[in-house]
Amino acid sequence: MIGHGGGGKLSAELIENVFLPAFDTSPEAELHDSAMLDVRAADRLAFSTDSYVVRPLFFPGGCIGDLAINGTVNDIAMRGAQPIALSAGFILEEGLPMNVLGRIAEEMGAAARRAGVRVVTGDTKVVDAGLADGLYVNTAGVGIIPEGVDIRPSRARPGDVVIVSGPIGQHGIAVMSQREGLEFGTEILTDSAPLNGLVGAMLDASTDLHVLRDPTRGGVAASLCEIADAAHLGIEFEETRLPVPPEVAAACSFLGLDAISIANEGTLVAIVPPHVVDEVMAAMHGHEFGREACIIGRVVEEHPGVVVARTAFGASRVVDLPLGEQLPRIC
Amino acid sequence: MCLAVPGQIVDIREDRGTRMATIDFDGIRKEICLAYLPDVDVGDYAIVHVGFAISKIDEASALETLAMFKELGVLDEELGASIDDDGDHDAIGEQVSP
Amino acid sequence: MKYLDEFNDPVVARQLFAEIERITTRPWAIMEVCGGQTHSIIRNGIDQLLPDDIHLIHGPGCPVCVTPVGMLDKALDIASQPGVIFCSFGDMLRVPGTSRDLFQVKSEGGDVRVVYSPLDAVKLAEDHPDREVVFFAIGFETTAPANAMAVHQARQRGLTNFSVLVSHVLVPPAIEAIVSSPTNRVDGFLAAGHVCSIMGTRQYGPLVEQHGVPIVVTGFEPLDVLEGIRRVVAQLEVGTAELENAYSRVVTEAGNVAAQQMVEDVFEVCDRQWRGIGEIPLSGWRLSPRYADFDAEARFHVATMDSPESSRCRSGEVLQGLIKPHECEAFGTECTPRRPLGATMVSGEGACAAYHQYRRLDVTADPVPVTLSGVGGG
Repeated sequence: MIGHGGGGKLSAELIENVFLPAFDTSPEAELHDSAMLDVRAADRLAFSTDSYVVRPLFFPGGCIGDLAINGTVNDIAMRGAQPIALSAGFILEEGLPMNVLGRIAEEMGAAARRAGVRVVTGDTKVVDAGLADGLYVNTAGVGIIPEGVDIRPSRARPGDVVIVSGPIGQHGIAVMSQREGLEFGTEILTDSAPLNGLVGAMLDASTDLHVLRDPTRGGVAASLCEIADAAHLGIEFEETRLPVPPEVAAACSFLGLDAISIANEGTLVAIVPPHVVDEVMAAMHGHEFGREACIIGRVVEEHPGVVVARTAFGASRVVDLPLGEQLPRIC
Repeated sequence: MCLAVPGQIVDIREDRGTRMATIDFDGIRKEICLAYLPDVDVGDYAIVHVGFAISKIDEASALETLAMFKELGVLDEELGASIDDDGDHDAIGEQVSP
Repeated sequence: MKYLDEFNDPVVARQLFAEIERITTRPWAIMEVCGGQTHSIIRNGIDQLLPDDIHLIHGPGCPVCVTPVGMLDKALDIASQPGVIFCSFGDMLRVPGTSRDLFQVKSEGGDVRVVYSPLDAVKLAEDHPDREVVFFAIGFETTAPANAMAVHQARQRGLTNFSVLVSHVLVPPAIEAIVSSPTNRVDGFLAAGHVCSIMGTRQYGPLVEQHGVPIVVTGFEPLDVLEGIRRVVAQLEVGTAELENAYSRVVTEAGNVAAQQMVEDVFEVCDRQWRGIGEIPLSGWRLSPRYADFDAEARFHVATMDSPESSRCRSGEVLQGLIKPHECEAFGTECTPRRPLGATMVSGEGACAAYHQYRRLDVTADPVPVTLSGVGGG
């Protein structure tokens, strides 16, 4: 069990016995107050940080650990950058079982290896029992943005095509299923995955990608709303084109939720000019995390800042920014 | 109000005097209270609201309703109704032919 | 999903739209009482695709949104007390009382838990004998049997740390209040299908006879809603006023007798305040004296708490279709989806909330076509 550290012996033990092995740092590596990165090849860097407080710590298909790695890797990838290094800061609740921390650290190490990046620096603090809900973790990361790549919402143009890389709604439902005590005949697993490889493949097809976004909290709806708002353009999509797996659809019916507002952790939204759509889609379909990529809509000049969905019945409705956490409803 | 979803009863048992069931909703399973439907059996479909099965779904009725909708479609064709008449109804694809 | 997908078929929907168009010869105002039906209408854009002559007025059909401010304040008070585990359906967490909502109480350290079923709250009481577990028992008649079972089980199991804060509302008195109002504009009603699955259809006969309005018991899937509307219009066009059941696969005339019996045992009728509307006599259920020991209002001494409704809120007029949301002075300024004053803005499907969303498009009913022809790939 984690006891109250104070810098000193306990922390050193944690680092040596738990973190170094999990993060592949060789025992001979010089431990220093900070890691040194060689970025002389870089013109521009992508830099991101995120804190993870998800409950429960473990859920179908993943845990807070791989979420923390993939989340930051993906934020960097959404700039078109490949991550070169990550940091991990832990806030641990006194009394947290050591094996829980060990397991989470291992999952982080594995996730980092899958993404082709390493955790090179970190920190641990222990707080009183009753705080930190077990464990909180922050990860930050740095990546190099390739030349000729300029990815940001204001690059969207009317006529651009909106693409989703794969099935939506899985992560939020996987986490909620634990909390609501739902059992799934076919288990719904989180889609937590590193997307830097997929983005790399897309950039190989064309460097002229306009916008990339990973629809985490608030789902595809939130991402599209944010992009429309930042670009001062409208976005329109067809509901029937959204790739919602049947089990996610069933869970959404049951809980009264909308799949487009549910968090994803291994899916991206891309906005690309029409002349590169074919190559980009082919590249996505050829990649592990893009096999089910599909076009869902377009960027338009009309209704700037507003996202409009066309329903299965042919009517249009405005899609608003989801207000906070998606809660099951009875009404 | 009253979000209720149809599901199929897979398993029935007693829990301290209360009739409970496992109900399947297209692959998702949940423990549901069956106390208010004493006559339903495994294999039946029921409407479920907040963890309670509140009504059995009458299959014959459902089929009758769907058949009536179908008849309506035929009727519409015969009467020449077309939903593109006033342009408000922007169809996804084919028109209803007169 | 079986019994869902078939009733979502867009091809059949178009036929129903066409049929409604064919038979409509003049303007009609139709009210759906149930929030679930409002949700289906707005979610699928049904109101946009109906002929212009059909005006849908969204009724006070969301028990969550019509829960009076005073009741919310009682809930907030109880939830803030140390040692209490306050259980609620998800919808209630963002409904504001006078100055805050349950979500805020939760973030300030209150133990507020979302439950899917009232029985989950009973289980919490069994698992935590040292804590007071309170369940916020709201809803229409549909939810009452479930809430009643929770109280029944708590008694059966001898739980002394479980209580319920009851705020049930009833549909027929609401319809009565709306249709009796001298300013009523509603020509016909879609009755709430799931409420009727519990209570049966008999309560609506007297309403039809006394007020000469057609009432059609209607389901929730798009085809069900369209069929309900079709039948109401068909009656209005020929001048009949009858009770019809368009949701016969779920609703029977007698309803669910076992559920009715439980409800009769655990609850009793009372007057009820509807947020933004005012008091409707005999329109609610409260805990019957037989179960008084499970009454959270008594246990936590909040029975005499009273909170004024907002004087600026004109929900009642919006609900009756007398004014449009944007004609209310508070609309979009003092009253927004994030900081709602009354029932119609609290719910995402409330008329005011829906208007707030659509207004941003600055269009009326014309859907903006999305064409994806000419796009490669996919």
